[in-house]
Amino acid sequence: MSYLGKIFAIAYKDLLHEYRSRETITTMMIFSFLVVVIFNFTFDPGSSYALEAAPGIIWVAFTFSGMLGLNRSFIYEIDKGCFHGLLLSPIDRGAIYLGKMIGNIIFMTLVELLTLPLFIILFNLQFSDFLLPLLLIIFLATIGFAAVGTLFSAIAVNTKAREIMLPILLFPVVVPVILSAVNATGGLLRSDDWNQVFAWVRILLAFDVIFVAICYATFEYVVEE
Amino acid sequence: MIVVKNLTKSFGTHYALRGINLEIPTGTFLSIFGPNGAGKTTFIRILSTLSRPSTGEIYFDDKNLRDHAESFRQRIGVIGHSTFLYDELTAFENLQFYAKLYSLPDARKRIQQALEEVGLLARADDFVRTFSRGMQQRLSIARAMLHQPDILLLDEPFTGLDQHASSMLKHWLSELKSEKRTILLVTHDLTHGLELADQVAIFVRGKVAYFESADHVDETEFQAHYHKVVAAGGAA
Repeated sequence: MSYLGKIFAIAYKDLLHEYRSRETITTMMIFSFLVVVIFNFTFDPGSSYALEAAPGIIWVAFTFSGMLGLNRSFIYEIDKGCFHGLLLSPIDRGAIYLGKMIGNIIFMTLVELLTLPLFIILFNLQFSDFLLPLLLIIFLATIGFAAVGTLFSAIAVNTKAREIMLPILLFPVVVPVILSAVNATGGLLRSDDWNQVFAWVRILLAFDVIFVAICYATFEYVVEE
Repeated sequence: MIVVKNLTKSFGTHYALRGINLEIPTGTFLSIFGPNGAGKTTFIRILSTLSRPSTGEIYFDDKNLRDHAESFRQRIGVIGHSTFLYDELTAFENLQFYAKLYSLPDARKRIQQALEEVGLLARADDFVRTFSRGMQQRLSIARAMLHQPDILLLDEPFTGLDQHASSMLKHWLSELKSEKRTILLVTHDLTHGLELADQVAIFVRGKVAYFESADHVDETEFQAHYHKVVAAGGAA
């Protein structure tokens, strides 16, 4: 099987495992929905306050639910030593990282796509003209978040306070992703000039390229004792 | 031939291995005994490339493990304390996943053959979470043997097995031994270990305190010697 085939075999295994257990997505969905619904109680739908706060609210929902997913990403791997099974396989450790990262991106994207309609309805937002750019921003931010999160999840899973350790490690590094995503989403909502929005998209793109490469290269050293 | 030269492994200030030197000819069954904390599992972890040595080198057929770790992993099968199996996947799906990682040709046939060998073909489509400990260990054996490795690293494989599963494992190990595979067995069970071994070693405090051909070893004398060596901290 080719290198790509092995990467997708790992991602497919994660999807199959999640399809059977439904542990990760359910937790992420409930959290994400709760954030959107609770914040909706605070603001009048369609008010200027709601418009201002909306980008922050949606990214709070996405990043924190993503954190829950990333936390679980390696937990079931270490449960019966399965992660050792992966490491003992004759594949480049970078391929394991990419397979796990793709799995995480799919889980996060799925939750985001299900949360987004609820968010748009509850906050009475007009995204119809900007739906494609918004989906692009969400996808790029998710890649950056999952790229760093997958690496740090592999580190945090071997620590005692892993639920706390992951956000402590992850958030300082993904600040550029969250900042860019919030500002780009806000720009779309305010109907800012596309060039202004695209400046943030460029940062997201650059972050994704740089951090996927760095995390891919360092994963081997992270997982070996 | 596996050659281990001056192997050490430290975790902070604690040394788990303190200069291991071993030569294991191809086709040898080596049983490694030792008390808890002697460094046996650390040794197996380094041999299986899960862990890097602090100092020292390991050569497999004159190739340095450090430089050929990935290709070496294609040649080894590992059975440890854990089964490396996913609960939410069926027995077949678990083996299919590993078959993909090992790029096995004709995987379906090979998986069915492996399941048949461990007596689990009828349970191929059942989830691993429904298996008993003994069945999971048998499936773990099928997983480890799926790619027909010529080197087997076994870390306490008898742990938690009932008598039936234990005798099945012993029978299977005897068969593998007759196929002239290199096998390293780490165990606390002196009887099982001695019965199968060509060579025996005792690890104490991260050192090889005893290394001998099994032909020269009498079980009763070995037991007495084992306790003496362990009590003396490897100095006897």
